[in-house]
Amino acid sequence: MSGHVVSVKNYVLIFLALLALTALTTGVAFIDLGPYNTMVALAIAGCKMMLVVLFFMHILYSRNLTKIVAAAGLLWLMILLTLTMSDFATRNWTPEPSGWNAGGKSSGAPAPAGAATAPSTPATESH
Amino acid sequence: MAESQAVHAVHAHQFEDLDQQHDVGTLGMWAFLATEIMFFGGLFAGYTVYRYLYLPSFEAGSRLLDIRLGAINTAVLLGSSLTMALAVRAAQTNKRKALATFLVLTMILGGVFLGIKFVEYAHKWEHHLVPGLHWAPDAEEVAQIQGLKPGAAAPQVELFLCFYFFMTGMHALHMIIGFGIMTVMLVLSLRGRFSSEYYSPIEVTGLYWHFVDIIWIFLFPLLYLVGGRY
Amino acid sequence: MSATIAEVPIESRVHYLNADYGIRSWLLTTDHKRIALLYLASITFMFFIGGAAAVLIRLHLLEPQGALVQPETYNKLFTMHGVVMIFFFLIPAIPAVLGNFLVPLMIGARDLAFPRLNLLSWYVYVVGALFTLAALLTGGVDTGWTFYTPYSTTYSNSNVILVGLGAFITGFSSILTGLNFIVTIHKMRAPGLTWFRMPLFIWAIYATSIIFLLGTPVVAITLALLALERLLHVGIFDPKLGGDPLLFQHLFWFYSHPAVYIMILPALGVMSELISCFSRKRIFGYSFVGFSSMAIAALSFLVWGHHMFVTGQSVYAGLVFSALSFLVAIPSAIKVFNWTATLYKGSISYDAPMLYALGFIGLFTMGGLTGLFLASLATDVHLNGTYFIVAHFHYIMVGGTIMAYLGGLHFWWPKISGRLYPDGWARFAALIIFVGFNLTFFPQFMLGYLGMPRRYAVYPPEFQVLNVMSSAGASILGVGYLIPLIYFIWSLRYGPPAGPNPWKAKGLEWQTPSPPPTENFEEIPVVTEEAYAYAAEEKHGG
Repeated sequence: MSGHVVSVKNYVLIFLALLALTALTTGVAFIDLGPYNTMVALAIAGCKMMLVVLFFMHILYSRNLTKIVAAAGLLWLMILLTLTMSDFATRNWTPEPSGWNAGGKSSGAPAPAGAATAPSTPATESH
Repeated sequence: MAESQAVHAVHAHQFEDLDQQHDVGTLGMWAFLATEIMFFGGLFAGYTVYRYLYLPSFEAGSRLLDIRLGAINTAVLLGSSLTMALAVRAAQTNKRKALATFLVLTMILGGVFLGIKFVEYAHKWEHHLVPGLHWAPDAEEVAQIQGLKPGAAAPQVELFLCFYFFMTGMHALHMIIGFGIMTVMLVLSLRGRFSSEYYSPIEVTGLYWHFVDIIWIFLFPLLYLVGGRY
Repeated sequence: MSATIAEVPIESRVHYLNADYGIRSWLLTTDHKRIALLYLASITFMFFIGGAAAVLIRLHLLEPQGALVQPETYNKLFTMHGVVMIFFFLIPAIPAVLGNFLVPLMIGARDLAFPRLNLLSWYVYVVGALFTLAALLTGGVDTGWTFYTPYSTTYSNSNVILVGLGAFITGFSSILTGLNFIVTIHKMRAPGLTWFRMPLFIWAIYATSIIFLLGTPVVAITLALLALERLLHVGIFDPKLGGDPLLFQHLFWFYSHPAVYIMILPALGVMSELISCFSRKRIFGYSFVGFSSMAIAALSFLVWGHHMFVTGQSVYAGLVFSALSFLVAIPSAIKVFNWTATLYKGSISYDAPMLYALGFIGLFTMGGLTGLFLASLATDVHLNGTYFIVAHFHYIMVGGTIMAYLGGLHFWWPKISGRLYPDGWARFAALIIFVGFNLTFFPQFMLGYLGMPRRYAVYPPEFQVLNVMSSAGASILGVGYLIPLIYFIWSLRYGPPAGPNPWKAKGLEWQTPSPPPTENFEEIPVVTEEAYAYAAEEKHGG
């Protein structure tokens, strides 16, 4: 029966790499890199994911179809995140017609009591 | 008797041979994992939206979590992935005792993970920080831990903890299901069902377990490392 | 070989229906054909539940002030109509009935990849249906099938969680079915059956299964979040607590828009089978039609925001979604053009399945074109929330999907049951359905254009004439649906034996006896010809 057998040594090496990356990401959290903290954390998480997917889950040795299925799952997640954020990230771009919310607040949509338009509250709450 | 059971594994009637059955099983599990990506994906989408809208609250909420326990748990789960991979390898190389041993080790490490999570949840309960069920944070205490001045604006901390509990809870649920699957695999392997000729259920269990590990690989930075500890 | 099979009366041959008797042999079966029939029974039952709600709605709307029920009850009626019809009839109908029955036969396999998962998927469906029926019997739900927050999480006093649970559970039925189909189609095709020799129905089922897998989990988690908020009031979707109702809508429609393509794609697949057989001609532009199914599946995930043009979404996101929504119409149009080209110079016969197919082309085109008015941001602002939308989606779902489903049932019934149904009654019923459908829903386009809002229990008196027309049409449509039920059941006992290929169609499913043996084929066929390889002389008359 087919199936690529990875050596114990390789498995342990991958594991040690994963541990190292975990230590790294935890350590970086104690350093102030401003907006780069998030990027670094996600990049490290991405690397860890790739190590697990390629070696522990054997995708490196799998058929192309398997690779496509895994990639499709990730791609669809990106679609969900991107298009959803395209709404929230652009709500502030349209100035409110004058006469609404007389008080001169600028927000992307008519505000119900509170915070569907949280970006409208002054700078402390948003990037 | 256990020997002969393993050696003469028979493929199901709709397949041509064991190879096709193995291929089909692997593809089926990967397709299922794609659905799981989207299942958790809904939670990640909600998280992304609210982190974008309420970053200070998310930072404050994240500081309420114990980063050391989170890091230890991450290491523990990665360890369980190693033992799971070694279990699959044992099956592939016809080492039945090693297979059972590694399955048990995987479950033990998973149990340690859940134990630590229980400790964390219990701590939140004691401090009245469970959204919806037991939410009465001591403002001074929260501010102290978070480094916020008392009275500063971080009203959506409850929302952050909502996502914390729901995402880690859903993850834990998947781990518990994984325990169930591994128990079945352990029983079958002790009965000598698996061999280098037929081990695809073990491999497929491994895929599931590694996926659960990957979810945690992302949950750790997204929940525990927001805003940092500086 | 086929001559010999035709001579042997059905009763003396062993096939999947008589191979085993007793309720256990049905409830514990792993035979994809029996599971298809289990689904057939369940979805037909649910169709009548949803249909009953529709009857009550149309009766109520005979009068401007409402003829039948209180407004609160009216809200529950249209909610249950939507929930039952969408989750428990339209989404499973063609895939779980025709797909389950035909996929292994069409690709020359003995069963699906995971027969026990297949049975599990039916049980999961039934459990989900039971939860929903329980909700119905204990007071119903009044939020609309879309469960918009914060009404559903905070203010509604109805069985939201129970119905949400029902839909959540049934979602897993879809996921298991889709998973089974994808793996089967990739891995279990007969020797010689390359992708471009497959029936287009299989392409359609494959594309549908992609949507099943990648979309359904999102609505599952969304319903779980909905239940969580309703129970704990933690503000995930409640503006009072910092949440955003639009997040719910994004997550909900991420699935529910592709869901409408789950409902139409298999129907489009059935259409290719019917058009080609009853024109005795290869489908024109086979690969375009196959790829268009894949394109629809992919693009369907990029357009969901067109349901949220007027609920507070950013205008810029709206523009993107609007443009993408225009794009998704293109593959559907490609199919319609290719079917039309197939009909051209074909040798057309007007059997009942073909009547449904021809009706489909017209009605689906109308439904699709009216969708463009809704894809366009500017016009949608006026048409959203009116009966124009109701008419649009009923033209697709009923004029499209249900017509194709019936056409498919009529086409494959001889294969499924081994019996023929009365031809005259079948064609008559098809015509009744066509007339009844148009009388029901065309007035609704006009009502929507004139401004009548949807989901309202009352309406201005000047709309009464059109409403009465619509209700009259609904009664005709209802009669039309009952007729096939009667003669299909009749045919099981009294219908003449069908033989393996009464339509002389191409396709592996017709190369085995009717009804097929449990193992589908005595020997797995080897495929050497292209799909729809109707002989040249058949094309031009004869």
